[in-house]
Amino acid sequence: MATREVIKFLSNPKIGGKRSKYCRFRRFGIKYIDYKDPDFLEQFVNEQGKLLPRRITGNSLKYQRRVATAVKRARHLAFLPYVTDLLK
Amino acid sequence: MRNYEVTFIVDPTLPGDEIKSAAKKYIDLIKGGAKITNIDELGIRQLAYPIKRKNTGIYYCVEFEAENGVMIAPLELAMRRDEQLLRFLTVSLDKHGVKYNADKRAGKIGKIIKKKKVEEEPQHKRRNNNKNRKKRPSNNNNNSNNNNQGQNKDKDKTAAPAATTPAPAAEAKPKS
Repeated sequence: MATREVIKFLSNPKIGGKRSKYCRFRRFGIKYIDYKDPDFLEQFVNEQGKLLPRRITGNSLKYQRRVATAVKRARHLAFLPYVTDLLK
Repeated sequence: MRNYEVTFIVDPTLPGDEIKSAAKKYIDLIKGGAKITNIDELGIRQLAYPIKRKNTGIYYCVEFEAENGVMIAPLELAMRRDEQLLRFLTVSLDKHGVKYNADKRAGKIGKIIKKKKVEEEPQHKRRNNNKNRKKRPSNNNNNSNNNNQGQNKDKDKTAAPAATTPAPAAEAKPKS
């Protein structure tokens, strides 16, 4: 007979669990978002070049706003496209 | 004191001298009213979309320090009137922006980004692997089993005659 103690470790409780979102700017202490770095900004943009919402990126409101302005500046200077398909 | 940053794109189809002189014109214009802290030549880059039917551009980024923003309006006016420039953007930098640019010049920024990428990539890989694991094994196993069986059958078929034919030849050779 398997005891309660054994059963507890048979399945890893962390598997299939929800990964908690976090704001990477707050966690890694990034204070400034460079608009001249398109490779970094691509992480916050979908395949069509649209900005990803906060519920997916997990950014805090303050840094989501700054990401948005950085992406818009990058688009103006043709670092990022306004409209595309298959950006990634 | 306020910090500003001007990025502009010069037409790449101009002859080499004119590109330099166009950039120098604006650098001199900034020098007239402010103190330049850094001039960054990003060089020729692919544009994300065509501007004035050009697909590439030569990027310049000038960071400067001014008492106030009085000299920016004439600078932008001159840039707007110039047909050698494809685009320009003036941005005021906060203290974090100034620090970021200083760090970038010192070569500290690239490392941080690399670290982050290393942390992020494994997650994607894990996700992909999980998907692959879920989807593929059933198909693969079936296919591989079928293939193996098929191959075995084929081998049996081919092996049997092959085994029969070379043997006599091998026997025949030493005799002759």
